[in-house]
Amino acid sequence: MLLIACPWCGEREELEFHYGGQAHVAHPAEPEGLSDSQWGEYLFVRDNPKGPFAERWSHSAGCRRWFNVVRHTVTHEILAVYPAGQPKPVILP
Amino acid sequence: MHPTVVMSNHVHVYVSQAHKGELVMGAGVDSYNGYGQRGSFHLIERQMAAALELFPVFARAHVLRTWGGIVDVTPDASPIIGPTPVGNLFLNCGWGTGGFKATPASGWVYAHAIATGEPHPLAEAFTLERFTTGALIDEHGAAAVAH
Ligand SMILES: Cc1cc2nc3c(=O)[nH]c(=O)nc-3n(C[C@H](O)[C@H](O)[C@H](O)COP(=O)(O)OP(=O)(O)OC[C@H]3O[C@@H](n4cnc5c(N)ncnc54)[C@H](O)[C@@H]3O)c2cc1C
Ligand SMILES: [Zn+2]
Repeated sequence: MLLIACPWCGEREELEFHYGGQAHVAHPAEPEGLSDSQWGEYLFVRDNPKGPFAERWSHSAGCRRWFNVVRHTVTHEILAVYPAGQPKPVILP
Repeated sequence: MHPTVVMSNHVHVYVSQAHKGELVMGAGVDSYNGYGQRGSFHLIERQMAAALELFPVFARAHVLRTWGGIVDVTPDASPIIGPTPVGNLFLNCGWGTGGFKATPASGWVYAHAIATGEPHPLAEAFTLERFTTGALIDEHGAAAVAH
């Protein structure tokens, strides 16, 4: 069970949260200009590192806000928690 | 005690009894990417609770061991089988927690793809291309639950 520190509510159990996948995937500026394969890439293709991974979480059974977490995908150690919209902290693998 | 495999989509558990008498159960998948291969405690707990819903008599059994692995899950929770844009590279993956039981059929259609370079008619909808065309396989509830 992960213990995730919501930036607004503090540490809560994983069960209160909803996972949102990779963070920092920007919506294309001109989606109408994309080919099908570029659009498919935006929708479906994600990084899948063995190591630190910046990802989105929502405190769905709490304050319901979205934020970002850097979590190590092997140890599950949470290396950073930061509000959505802020740059990804520099964490060496 | 338990002569057949029993599965409930409703409480999400399946259970069968091994010849030595132990009960074998399958649990769910973490919601997040992971390579830890540990098995999350709350999933195991939920699994036990679901099994007890069906068979209260299991309450006296003890946990002997748990096992966790890595499951390859695609965006529509269905496998990818067939040729790729890279010559002589073929995919048969994304089976998630359903790859054992599908082996006879997946081997059959995969062999066809390798032998002919074309997807088998049964597996046409399952190529990598669906993530470009948008024709996703809409059967998460049918395929990727307990089995
Ligand atoms: C915890 C868990 C529970 C599951 N429960 C079920 C279930 O109840 N029912 C069900 O139907 N399915 C279940 N599955 C899914 C099923 O186990 C897999 O889908 C299936 O085993 C995949 O078979 P595969 O032959 O495609 O790949 P694998 O069995 O993964 O085989 C790939 C092989 O390739 C080898 N390999 C990798 N790289 C190399 C290399 N460079 N050179 C040489 N060899 C290499 C690996 O060592 C491995 O032996 C479960 C999986 C997990 C992890
Ligand atoms: Zn919160």
